[in-house]
Amino acid sequence: MVAVTYHAPTSLDEAVALLSSSELPAKVLAGGTDLIIQMQKLVTEQRLIVDLKKIDGMQSATLSDEGLTLGPSLCCAKLTRRDDIKAVFPGLVEAAYLIGSSQVQGRASVGGNLCNASPAADTIPALIANRAVCQIVGKAGERSVPVESFVVGVGKNCLEPDEILKAIVIPHPGKATSDAYLRFIPRTEMDIAVASAGASISLDSDGICTDARVAIGAVAPTALVVEEAAQKLIGQPINEAALEAVSQAASDASAPISDRRGTAEFRRHVVGVLAKRAVMAAADRAKEK
Amino acid sequence: MKTHVETTINGETVECLIDPSSTLLGMLRNDLGMTGTKEGCGSGDCGACSVVMDGELVCSCLVLGVEASGAAIETIEGVADRDQLHVIQEKFLEHAALQCGICTPGLIVSTKALLAENPNPTEEEARYYLAGNLCRCTGYDKIIKAVMDAASAVQEA
Repeated sequence: MVAVTYHAPTSLDEAVALLSSSELPAKVLAGGTDLIIQMQKLVTEQRLIVDLKKIDGMQSATLSDEGLTLGPSLCCAKLTRRDDIKAVFPGLVEAAYLIGSSQVQGRASVGGNLCNASPAADTIPALIANRAVCQIVGKAGERSVPVESFVVGVGKNCLEPDEILKAIVIPHPGKATSDAYLRFIPRTEMDIAVASAGASISLDSDGICTDARVAIGAVAPTALVVEEAAQKLIGQPINEAALEAVSQAASDASAPISDRRGTAEFRRHVVGVLAKRAVMAAADRAKEK
Repeated sequence: MKTHVETTINGETVECLIDPSSTLLGMLRNDLGMTGTKEGCGSGDCGACSVVMDGELVCSCLVLGVEASGAAIETIEGVADRDQLHVIQEKFLEHAALQCGICTPGLIVSTKALLAENPNPTEEEARYYLAGNLCRCTGYDKIIKAVMDAASAVQEA
């Protein structure tokens, strides 16, 4: 394990000051389920660890008529117990529920899942489907970045070294809108997505789709928004023809690699199936609202 | 440089000086001599090092010892009431739900957390909840029987 200098600041200002003045390479600690493993692989270097969990708001989740303000360090176990959030964003909560074991859920956070920027991160397509925005604070002040632009590559996010993800804000979807997230894994539990899809669907009283957003994961260096899928849905009833178009659009948008967990061809096919099923699940939920 | 940590373990205040790069697992075993918590994989996959931290089940290998400062930790050493075994421990013995025993402390801590959250789980719920506790000896059948029997015993008590 790498030599660690540990700080647990109690304010964002203090955290930003620590990050911007550090002579050591600095790492921000949320749940640590990725970071601690990454640090175990380093033996000769030193790291400044800035633990954000003592900062007010980092482990809270506030749901209002405006939407959800999610503290990035809130652990998945606490998030998935929130029935109020599950009622509004069932797909996002499902995605958080799929991360790791019960033990990992006790530490891992949505903010950490996002910042770690794995192509297969479960919460990212669900966040994108819900038009989530990252609120970032740094030495130069604050800025907001949509989740689809926050992740810039495999394991890379857009944060500057002195910047912190301070909140994830998701607008309230309103009536007759709901979401879903699905992934394919070869096992039934404790695995990483081979392909995944998140969808948010709005319907009018006649069952016509008025708004749609589809995102796919694990089939490109970053999760992708599939604009084409949304265009095929908006103005249409959720029928077989529209769903087939969604499936095709998701497969076409994907740019997967082959590895030991699946070939590119398999992923391209499966992501289309998942996108279709996620749209169906989100639409069924939207109807019940 | 060592860091001072003051924490609560199984209801007792504990202080120690630890290397800040030490995990909570390392702190428990090496600094405090509490070797009931086992190290399996060291990477959060096997659950042998499971403890409860501020009410959440966690892998102690994925927590820094310094993060335990001010927290309340529950380990396998706090499950029995002195020489009186917890019903979960009794059921593990009764069903012979162990062979080598390395996974057992983690499974017992996790089962206790499961039953605290869901006192009457279905077998499927129990299997999913405990999916992060790997056992390479038993094939899980005896473990699940012990867990389900313990849940019934807790319900009747």
